[in-house]
Amino acid sequence: MITTIRNGLALVFTGLLLQGCWEAPPMESEQLGFRGTGMLQTSNPDLTEPKLAANVLPEPLAAVPVVEGGPTAADVYENVQVLGHLSVAEFARTMTAITAWVSPEQGCAYCHEGANFVDDNLYTKVVSRRMMEMTMAINSDWNSHVGETGVTCLTCHRGNNVPEYIWFEQDGPPTAGGMAAKGYQQNHAAMDVGSTSMLSDPFSKYLTAEPEAIRVISQTALPQRGDARHESSTQATENTYSLMVHMSEGLGVNCTYCHNTRAFTSWEQGSPARATAWYGLQMVSNLNDEYLEPLGPTYPEHRLGALGDAPKTNCTTCHQQVNKPFAGASMLDDYPIWRPEQ
Amino acid sequence: MRQYQNVFTQVQVFGPPESGVPVDFAARERRGKPVLNRWLGMLGNAQIGPFYLGYTGLLALVSGFLAFEIIGLNMLASVNWDPIQFVRQLFWLALEPPPPEAGLSIPPMAEGGWWLLAGFFLTVSILLWWTRLFLRARALKMGYHIPWAFAAAIWLYLVLGFIRPVLMGSWSEAVPFGIFPHLDWTAAFSIRYGNLFYNPFHMLSIAFLYGSAILFAMHGATILAVGRYGGEREIEQITDRGTATERAALFWRWTMGFNATMESIHRWAWWFAILCPITGGIGILLTGTVVDNWYLWGVKHGIAPAYPDVWTPVADPALPMENAQ
Repeated sequence: MITTIRNGLALVFTGLLLQGCWEAPPMESEQLGFRGTGMLQTSNPDLTEPKLAANVLPEPLAAVPVVEGGPTAADVYENVQVLGHLSVAEFARTMTAITAWVSPEQGCAYCHEGANFVDDNLYTKVVSRRMMEMTMAINSDWNSHVGETGVTCLTCHRGNNVPEYIWFEQDGPPTAGGMAAKGYQQNHAAMDVGSTSMLSDPFSKYLTAEPEAIRVISQTALPQRGDARHESSTQATENTYSLMVHMSEGLGVNCTYCHNTRAFTSWEQGSPARATAWYGLQMVSNLNDEYLEPLGPTYPEHRLGALGDAPKTNCTTCHQQVNKPFAGASMLDDYPIWRPEQ
Repeated sequence: MRQYQNVFTQVQVFGPPESGVPVDFAARERRGKPVLNRWLGMLGNAQIGPFYLGYTGLLALVSGFLAFEIIGLNMLASVNWDPIQFVRQLFWLALEPPPPEAGLSIPPMAEGGWWLLAGFFLTVSILLWWTRLFLRARALKMGYHIPWAFAAAIWLYLVLGFIRPVLMGSWSEAVPFGIFPHLDWTAAFSIRYGNLFYNPFHMLSIAFLYGSAILFAMHGATILAVGRYGGEREIEQITDRGTATERAALFWRWTMGFNATMESIHRWAWWFAILCPITGGIGILLTGTVVDNWYLWGVKHGIAPAYPDVWTPVADPALPMENAQ
């Protein structure tokens, strides 16, 4: 009897210890691929439901009547470089919307100094103009990734002056240097890549102007002779893996959302989402190269990273741990100016 | 009647410590006055000592300590000598092998030199420890089953850290020293070479690993279950079969028609255990040297089935458009 009680207590105690390491069940599991391939999307409603609740679009601003032949913003105001073709009313509506999306607290004053709405004396105005061009470019040139849903300022900003999820180049944590072994920017708990010990900054490698090759898996059953044999390495594979962990975390999905993990490299066996993600990587590299990195000199010092580089984008910037930002709801019908006619 | 259903040993013998059987070079090889410890007695024999260190043991400990220090101090340097970060991030820290471009050269200390040196001392330590096991088995006029079993593990260790990297022409193919880093390496290694699950020697190794576990469970359970009849005195029962053996043997014949003997169960266990690293080592050795993508190899040899399409198959978007359409 006493033994039974003692064993029972030991079991309960062990259970409590383990409980601390778990996400509390129940988990939900959705089958994506053919049965038996393990292509499942596993999620914990306790964690996903708050995220989905945070991904509901706000009510759009009331539409303004279209006046044919009326004056445009460029006719009425000075120095309107990007949105000059809008009607005055639509221009005002758009500015109001941007304010709500990006600087709800500071209002117009975040980008415009006092009553002077014309000058570009605030860096925020220069940056936001470039961001508008970027938004339009995403919606017209990158349908391969954003589809018909598209993006607006809100997709990344969500009411913040600076989007919550951005990245800078890293030096890594301080090391002794000298004769001590180099860390190759890994072997520390890296929060951007799921607190693994792999490459802490896969973004500089894969999401910039000239990204390194992500493909590391051999395409032939047998080893190739000559140089081809050494094109890839286990180290390069870890680096790709680290980027993939970022994508998985950034989108709140498992590896199997895109891959049949028995053959990661096989496009035929993966889901169509993998192609969408592939275009996403091209897009993010392009945005960092063409739009975000060149803004470096425009920013004041406190907006720059520790190494003096401009803030940049990765998958989490838009996705914010949800596979489709705003659960796939589009704002472009309400704000069509962000998808300019081709 | 004692119970044999607890993990702790419930019967302990306390008497004058045993100094063991006489061997050829007796005296100087029995260091220390044996002591008895009740808590250790819960887990195994309550007696601690006498010890044998010898030259092989001493040198193995020294070189093992050197390897441990090289790895540990480099980890400490990687957090800029911060003891708090060292403890917090211990599981993440590592000493990396040389980068791929170093090939098989002797690299600078900071770029893999320390890794080579640590690997050298660790290997020396392990080989000396093997020698020590061998010499002590000989001194006791035992069989050499224990050193050969340890050699099987050393085979896998040498394949991973030395033989395969040399065949591949690059130290970078070896495993880093570190808790999580060596696990990340394992995952990346499997991915790089197209999924180790399709490697038949990996399959064998897993079969022997799981097989070892089930054999261990069956054997341990059988002996404990007949412990009330003296079943733990297995060795006597090999030559003088008693009721414990008869009951245990009949149990397995009743339930699965066949039984191992008191002796052969230990051969089963030994072979399963040593074949796990031996087959695993062969599997690792073939990876990258003979086979570059185990999944494609599996497809080629008909062991990887095709599944029906769930989606319209996607073409590689990196291919030129005329190919994709």
